[in-house]
Amino acid sequence: MPTNNPSRIAEILARHQQAILEDWLLAQLAAFSARHNLISEADLRRQSADFIGIFGTACQAGTLTDIATPAWQPVRDFLASISRSRASQGFSPSETATFVFSLKQPLFAHIRQELAANAESLADEMWTATVLIDKLGLYTTELFQTAREEVIKRQQMEMLELSTPVVKLWDGILAVPLIGTLDSARTQVVMESLLQSIVDTGSNIAIVDITGVPTVDTLIAQNLLKTAAAARLMGAQCIICGIRPQIAQTMVHLGVAFGEVVTRATLADALAFAFREIGCTVSRQAPRN
Amino acid sequence: MERIPILLVGEFLLVSIQVDLHDRLALALQDDLTTEVVKVRAKGVLIDISSLEIVDSFIGRVLGNIAALTAMLGANAVVVGMRPAVAITIVELGLDLSCLRTAINVDQGMAMLRLLLRPVASQGSDESAEK
Repeated sequence: MPTNNPSRIAEILARHQQAILEDWLLAQLAAFSARHNLISEADLRRQSADFIGIFGTACQAGTLTDIATPAWQPVRDFLASISRSRASQGFSPSETATFVFSLKQPLFAHIRQELAANAESLADEMWTATVLIDKLGLYTTELFQTAREEVIKRQQMEMLELSTPVVKLWDGILAVPLIGTLDSARTQVVMESLLQSIVDTGSNIAIVDITGVPTVDTLIAQNLLKTAAAARLMGAQCIICGIRPQIAQTMVHLGVAFGEVVTRATLADALAFAFREIGCTVSRQAPRN
Repeated sequence: MERIPILLVGEFLLVSIQVDLHDRLALALQDDLTTEVVKVRAKGVLIDISSLEIVDSFIGRVLGNIAALTAMLGANAVVVGMRPAVAITIVELGLDLSCLRTAINVDQGMAMLRLLLRPVASQGSDESAEK
């Protein structure tokens, strides 16, 4: 059975390629009627024609039961590029899968036409085609999901970098305003970018402002201490500021201490301390006008 | 066997580590440095590790030891130019180097040594006066 089945489907595909393509396009256009802004009809036609061509070749060359064989490599590659582009264009998973699944109807119609006389082989061919297209559809969905996850991961990385700006407050004074929860991954990024900035600017004071950190638990305190210790090893002093009264209370209740690291209530206090450390004075003059 | 050069600059010794600091070399440096401190009666030691890319717990401990040894011999040790990756590694290894004096670069390290020298010099003269 597996030996004569593929030949029939491949043969039907080859003979009715144009007709199947037209029917398939109609089905897809109906499904994507609301999505004309995402993909043009010409693009859809080109993609579908390409796919039918590659699909037909693969049907003739390989077994129809296993799409992991080398004969199906071009089909897999093509589907991979389709799902990746659909994922970035903003299609939903079901819409992407529809690209493959909508091929069923026109293909079945032609199989039925061809094999109307032989009920048994018709059922066999139908079954083979269903299994095959289901596999391809699932493969597409899987790839679509992977592509989406890649996008999410990249955005996470970008957010990490965006969320840790190191600013230069004065000659020799750096500041990092931290906003949001500090997990280990973020601490790592904060630490690295802060230490790199210390090297680049030759600063000897780094102010870490935690006004935007909602809660400080033992883990976060430990992470902050690590950052301070690393900065000290490089020859810079770390000042932690922006500790709100409630947070200070919680920390004392938890028994969390920053040890030898200098802490201040506000960024202004920290800056005043930093000025004293580097020997700068801020004086008040009579205001202009 | 290769050695790390120790340069005398004024009253201070300057050590710039430009090669891969493997364990034997680190121990040799520790020996040479203590000998040299005693020989020239140096008041301060400046160790530039800005070219040091890899550090392990042993090297970290040797750095701490050098600081402790030179302090015992009456000289201040300042480690300058530690790279971010090295600093993170030492912190993650959990090495306690709080006894180690650090500075950003050689320039600031020198300034720190000069600052440290003043009280030390006056203490030294006090002691000699008592005798």
